[in-house]
Amino acid sequence: MSSTIEQNSPTTVMQERLDQFQARIDADEKIEPKDWMPEEYRKTVLRQMSQHAHSEVIGMQPEGNWILRAPCLRAKKILLAKIQDEGGHGLYLYSAAETLGTGREALIESLHNGKAKYSSIFNYPTLNWADIGAIGWLVDGAAIVNQVSLQRTSYGPYARAMVRICKEESFHQRQGYEIMTTMMRGNSAQKEMAQDAMNRWWWPALMMFGPHDKDSAHTQQSMQWRIKRESNDVLRQRFIDKTIDQAHLIGLTIPDEQLKYNEDTKHWDIGPINWDEFWQVVGGHGLCNEQRMKHHIRAHQDGQWVREAANAFAQKQISFN
Amino acid sequence: MEQDNQLPLWEVFIQKNNGLPFKHEGSIHASDAAMALQNARDIYTRRGEGRTIWVVPSSAIAATTVEDEAEFFDPSDDKIYRHPTFYVMPEGAKQI
Repeated sequence: MSSTIEQNSPTTVMQERLDQFQARIDADEKIEPKDWMPEEYRKTVLRQMSQHAHSEVIGMQPEGNWILRAPCLRAKKILLAKIQDEGGHGLYLYSAAETLGTGREALIESLHNGKAKYSSIFNYPTLNWADIGAIGWLVDGAAIVNQVSLQRTSYGPYARAMVRICKEESFHQRQGYEIMTTMMRGNSAQKEMAQDAMNRWWWPALMMFGPHDKDSAHTQQSMQWRIKRESNDVLRQRFIDKTIDQAHLIGLTIPDEQLKYNEDTKHWDIGPINWDEFWQVVGGHGLCNEQRMKHHIRAHQDGQWVREAANAFAQKQISFN
Repeated sequence: MEQDNQLPLWEVFIQKNNGLPFKHEGSIHASDAAMALQNARDIYTRRGEGRTIWVVPSSAIAATTVEDEAEFFDPSDDKIYRHPTFYVMPEGAKQI
């Protein structure tokens, strides 16, 4: 009798649920919104998806800065389409995040009050047209490496959003590389601009993958729950290896004096990453943190009357019928 | 004044080509059906992904869960005679 009571104690029941959950993860099943999940899993997935969604939306700002100054109509139309995609990606991800029971209002509020983060890369300024090339090629390129891996993440709605996003992102990276290629075929001033953009964006792009595995607080649990499928360092190295060849092909130099091809590992070894800079920017002291947030809050407030009018119109329709 | 909100949630179903079933693609926010259809078009069909869209208020959807699975689907699991392979056909029978 006493053993039955013990078996049904709350801790045992919880442990059983946790074990069943882990077994589903280990069998590579996807977790769906209404399935039971550990509270910590819910929190981790929500944090990651909201951060990802905010990054897509904030990421529209540095590029939006160049719509009116695009060098020709072709470039302008492409840039508009790309930025519209980023907005769309943000919306796919907000929708996926909302399946966990947190409303859009709460997600945006957390962004505005600083509780939720977005990728630090968007706190760097876009100084000239070459930066648009560097963003598409390097920033979107780094994002793609991460997102391809996340297509296999264990939370169903997140994985499905990633599949859709990956399909659309490859145009983004190619348009960026095309801009860089065009500039590297131009005159010496244009080549200098492209190299200058490369110099400024290379290291921040590498930082996008997050701290080294040994310093990454959440990695182990996230890997066990298959929220993350590959570690920061593995993904970073994949990006480095493929990007260096692309840079060399069009005559760009990687701004890293210690860069060396390692014959043993068949990978490129890079010099040390400046993590002080990374943490400075994460901590809110990047060049554009304040500007990005102010702009988002203003745009959100400017849209308030539209939402109110739409709601009022819908209410009126209901009362008519 | 009405409280500021992000408008109600709708689920989006898209038919890729004529004759195919509608497939759930995701969700969007909109104040009414007309806005829901336009938003769904802008978010989910920027590259010719569909020819017809359905939108349904998320609150109208009822769903089973993985925990219900065993109990809910059990009644049909033991009726193997529902499958054509259950039946023994005579040797040489054709086109059946």
